[in-house]
Amino acid sequence: MLSSNRLSGLIALLLAAAVIGGCSSTATAPVEQQEPVSEPPVAAAPLEEAEEPADFADDGVTPIDANGRPLSRSFYFEYDASILNPADLAALEMHAQILRRNADKRVVIEGHCDERGTREYNLALGERRANVVMSFLTSAGVRSRQIEAVSFGEERPADPGHSESAWSLNRRAVLSYR
Amino acid sequence: MKKVMRTIWLRTRTTGGVLLAALLLSVNAHGANSLDTIIIDRGVDEPIRIAVAPFAITAASAADAAALRDLSNPADIIAFDLARSGQFDPMAKENMLSFPSQSSEVFFRDWRILKTAYLVIGSIEALGDRSIRVSFELYDVAGRRQLQVQEYLIAVDQWRDAAHQIADIVYTEITGVRGAFATKIMYVLAQDSGTPQARYRLEIADTDGQRARTLFSSPQPILSASWAPDGRRVAYVSFETGRPSIILQDVDGPYREQLTSFRGINGSPVFSPNGQELAMVLSRDGDPEIFIMNLATRKLRRITRHRSIDTEPSWSPDGERLIFTSDRGGRPQIYQVELATNFIERLTFVGDYNARARLLPDGQHLVFVHRREGVFHIAWQDLQRDNLLVLTQTNLDESPSLSPNGSMLIYATQYQGRGILSVVSIDGRVKYRLPSSLGDVREPAWSPFLDNVVD
Repeated sequence: MLSSNRLSGLIALLLAAAVIGGCSSTATAPVEQQEPVSEPPVAAAPLEEAEEPADFADDGVTPIDANGRPLSRSFYFEYDASILNPADLAALEMHAQILRRNADKRVVIEGHCDERGTREYNLALGERRANVVMSFLTSAGVRSRQIEAVSFGEERPADPGHSESAWSLNRRAVLSYR
Repeated sequence: MKKVMRTIWLRTRTTGGVLLAALLLSVNAHGANSLDTIIIDRGVDEPIRIAVAPFAITAASAADAAALRDLSNPADIIAFDLARSGQFDPMAKENMLSFPSQSSEVFFRDWRILKTAYLVIGSIEALGDRSIRVSFELYDVAGRRQLQVQEYLIAVDQWRDAAHQIADIVYTEITGVRGAFATKIMYVLAQDSGTPQARYRLEIADTDGQRARTLFSSPQPILSASWAPDGRRVAYVSFETGRPSIILQDVDGPYREQLTSFRGINGSPVFSPNGQELAMVLSRDGDPEIFIMNLATRKLRRITRHRSIDTEPSWSPDGERLIFTSDRGGRPQIYQVELATNFIERLTFVGDYNARARLLPDGQHLVFVHRREGVFHIAWQDLQRDNLLVLTQTNLDESPSLSPNGSMLIYATQYQGRGILSVVSIDGRVKYRLPSSLGDVREPAWSPFLDNVVD
């Protein structure tokens, strides 16, 4: 809960939070979450309700966007490849922002492969995938001590099937917050 | 927990063509985990005809008789061992004219009529105190002579060990190649993989799939198990802490130690032929590199230095070279490093995916995972002539491991959507499958020759 405070950015909001005082440590139910940027405070009354938007859901390990929706934490790869899909970069940038704001949060990047190919080679390939995500996050300003890459190779499939569709779900990097 | 496993010969190929022979042996399993063993194909055109007569069983007391009642006849175990080698065609009991159990009962003429080249007879006597005397004799029918006669005093629970050892003696005497039936296979049994209930077990079983037992069990993955050359210890990778670490463990004793837990990959542990060193893969320096650990001092020596994947090391039989997988050329291929000089050379050139190689005991031939038209097979390559032979016709074949006499290869594959173990003779002709009713089985590792349990 404490870590749900936004630590960077909007000074005005921080000041507002300071004025509100103890409010910031109350539980953040999803219904109460509001987006301060799209709904700028015009009076004192809405400000009281406009609690600072949380970066994490109540479990403390599910990163959420400004609307309270969970961020996607799985990023998929082509067969035998470890190149990020350009469509994923925006979501990864949001993870980077959240990690920058929450310096006490740690994230394990799990690298996974489909079942094709040898197991130890796939451990190495899974590590490459995890490292690509790690490089993205560190170049986006996340402290390297917040991140750990762990490859599971083909050992922990998301889908235990043996079809192309199962394989495409299994070639992934997953951000697991701690 | 006892469960009778099925042992089925699906198809027996003889010179006359394909003959469907379903021979059901009721084999007592010591553990419910045992693997089924199903012979798919026997490739030798003219296998050696042998008869293993049912052993005579005598028990002095009712208690002794009870001790023996649940055990399968050693003749069944011996015949099944020999059949799985593909080089023998054991005669069905129903076709025998007599069941001799001592030399005075052997009439060579009977066996010549049946065109049997060799005959094995034997007997078992319960001695009380759960000990038994097993004796056997091997005869050359055409030469009308006794080739072997041996007797063992064993505990009742060494029954199967004695039978496998007799099969080894018969195989060695007749083929001139050391038998490897009294060895073990280690493998990973994965249950409910891909679900929150996933469970991984490191198992060791007899070569016929019987007497499986669990060495280690975890909700996190286990892989890359390998044997110390004395067969008393194993090393493997366990994710039990949420990260990979290399574990060293006794096969029978209490010792278990986490040997490495560096940041990144801790993988592919393989014992050197003298058992004093462990080759492994660590990515602690940024990318996967091959290291050798001295097991006495725990000092690490880095062998490869390349910004690419270097993994899956394996020793040459003389301990002077390592072979390994690397994608330094863009695609995974097999390389070899001379440990004295660090001289590296590439060994495979056919295809764009060759990985996880093992050298045959002669040091001159490789088996490895080879991708051809998107399908993964096990291939064999002669290092002198560079010719490549695909040994398996299944898909997603991986983790080839050789029997210690180099004659058989066990590997993991998929069958009807399940992970199973499969065995193929090194000439590619004999095949049998080892599925488990309990889950996916994979990552087989054939043990070295083991000390005889029975002397």
